[in-house]
Amino acid sequence: MSSPYIAAAEFAQTYGLVYFFVIFLGVLVYALWPSNGKRFDDAARVPLRED
Amino acid sequence: MARTVEAKRITAEEIGYVLFLGALLVACLLIASRAWDQVMAIHAGVGALFSAIGIFLVFKGFSDRPSQPDQLVDGKPNYNFGPIKFASVAAMFWGIAGFLVGFIIAMQLAFPALNFDFPLSNFGRLRPLHTSAVIFAFGGNVLLATSFYVVQRTCQARMPGIVTPWFIVLGYNAFIVIAGTGYLLGVTQGKEYAEPEWYADLWLTVVWVVYLLAFLGTIWKRKEPHIYVANWFYLAFIVTIAMLHLGNNMSVPVSIYTSKSVQVFSGVQDAMVQWWYGHNAVGFFLTAGFLAIMYYFVPKRAERPVYSYRLSIVHFWALIFLYIWAGPHHLHYTALPEWASTLGATFSIMLWMPSWGGMINGLMTLSGAWDKLRTDPVLRMLVVSVAFYGMSTFEGPLMSVKAVNSLSHYTDWTIGHVHSGALGWVGFVSFGALYCLYPWLWNRKQLYSLKLVSWHFWLATLGIVLYICAMWVSGIMQGLMWRAYDKLGFLEYSFIETVEAMHPFYVIRALGGLLFVLGALIMAYNLYMTVQKGEREEPAGQPVLAPAE
Repeated sequence: MSSPYIAAAEFAQTYGLVYFFVIFLGVLVYALWPSNGKRFDDAARVPLRED
Repeated sequence: MARTVEAKRITAEEIGYVLFLGALLVACLLIASRAWDQVMAIHAGVGALFSAIGIFLVFKGFSDRPSQPDQLVDGKPNYNFGPIKFASVAAMFWGIAGFLVGFIIAMQLAFPALNFDFPLSNFGRLRPLHTSAVIFAFGGNVLLATSFYVVQRTCQARMPGIVTPWFIVLGYNAFIVIAGTGYLLGVTQGKEYAEPEWYADLWLTVVWVVYLLAFLGTIWKRKEPHIYVANWFYLAFIVTIAMLHLGNNMSVPVSIYTSKSVQVFSGVQDAMVQWWYGHNAVGFFLTAGFLAIMYYFVPKRAERPVYSYRLSIVHFWALIFLYIWAGPHHLHYTALPEWASTLGATFSIMLWMPSWGGMINGLMTLSGAWDKLRTDPVLRMLVVSVAFYGMSTFEGPLMSVKAVNSLSHYTDWTIGHVHSGALGWVGFVSFGALYCLYPWLWNRKQLYSLKLVSWHFWLATLGIVLYICAMWVSGIMQGLMWRAYDKLGFLEYSFIETVEAMHPFYVIRALGGLLFVLGALIMAYNLYMTVQKGEREEPAGQPVLAPAE
């Protein structure tokens, strides 16, 4: 149990997993948040904008 | 806008490049004069020559330019198109060179006598020349050209710098020349898709950091508040390639006077770093970069907004978080620990989600504009590229499953898989983007001939189908022959019997490659005629700095 490899692996397999999952949830919340809808609809048209 | 007439002054940027290139020139001359091996002497000489040309170009640029480049002309951003034009011509040139070398080595595999017993024409030297020419020279120039174009247009800002955009484009192509001539002369560090030796790697690092800064600088200057999704993909591509390049090229030169270096990692660690690099070169160079192209050029050509911008955000984050872990699937059943191998396969399978999400987003962008597929062969090319993306990203995770991999690995199935992605996805999306870019950059109403685009499309599609079908059959056959035992438990086939059995498929593959080369030649002619003979977009006499659609 004292090996730094095992300690690092355990940390990665528990907290690392939770950390990435929370980030992913954050992305989902940001992408699906209703009030962001209008901004995203505008952004979808950025390539079509004339300048 | 009232412009005060100001005295032209040389900028700190120009002085900086002259000093840097001057120092490089001296260093190259020193190394060339004391080099231990011939290749180092040649390459240092080439480096000195390129540095001298660079210094000359900075001064020529200074004497040719009026004063500072205007940020706006007639209220519109004064986009910097010169370096983009160079990169899009270079892309076409390297593309044809790379496809042609691919055809030659396909012929060598079918007819080994074509190696001609010269070191220079040997398969072992031509193969990295082919892979680097198509991935880094063709693909890289397409990415440079489109990223410079897309970031300026979607940020509505001119790229920063006078010399910098040119330094990136010319510096990158100088790297290609050094790398390619190195392979022919027998210099390699023996890492797949990372063959160039330490000095070429250092040079690429410099160019790449400048590329990152110029890209960020353009985003910094943006008028459009939202950073468009294509720019996110380009940014992920630039940042990750920098990280991968540094990670996989950790080597110590034997001396600065020799082309030879020694790797820092060895054994299974080296293999793991190599395939962490190798698979993410696929994930971030050949996928993220070209997805950026999809997210700009498909909406633009279809004249439809992105199907779901929300999906594009999830697509982006999921893709970049998952891809980076998939590398170990290249090392199933090796000295790599079992858990690492399982991790690689698991992440590869999870990649199905973002890959197909992205594909659906690209295809559905055509909703309401499907009829355009009938009349616009350029859009057809872009859409078929996305379909090939879907196909090869379905096949890849499948092949990463250990049971499937035990059959497919080391066989031609892998080669077929790579080419359905490379020819179908990367090739077609690049062709589509270049067919869009040339008229925009050179201010032409339309392409010289849409009929020739159709010819290119069908020749290349037929070529890809021949290529991948031949490799599927040959690869699965090869894998089955390798694992066939007779009643007494001996191997049923000798190795050479498998090679003989594959011969017809090698011939079919070479034929497919030839069709792909022919298509590219038609494309080059079409683009040349578009620039030379195409009808101008605006009436003559009016200054035209931004392409109109």
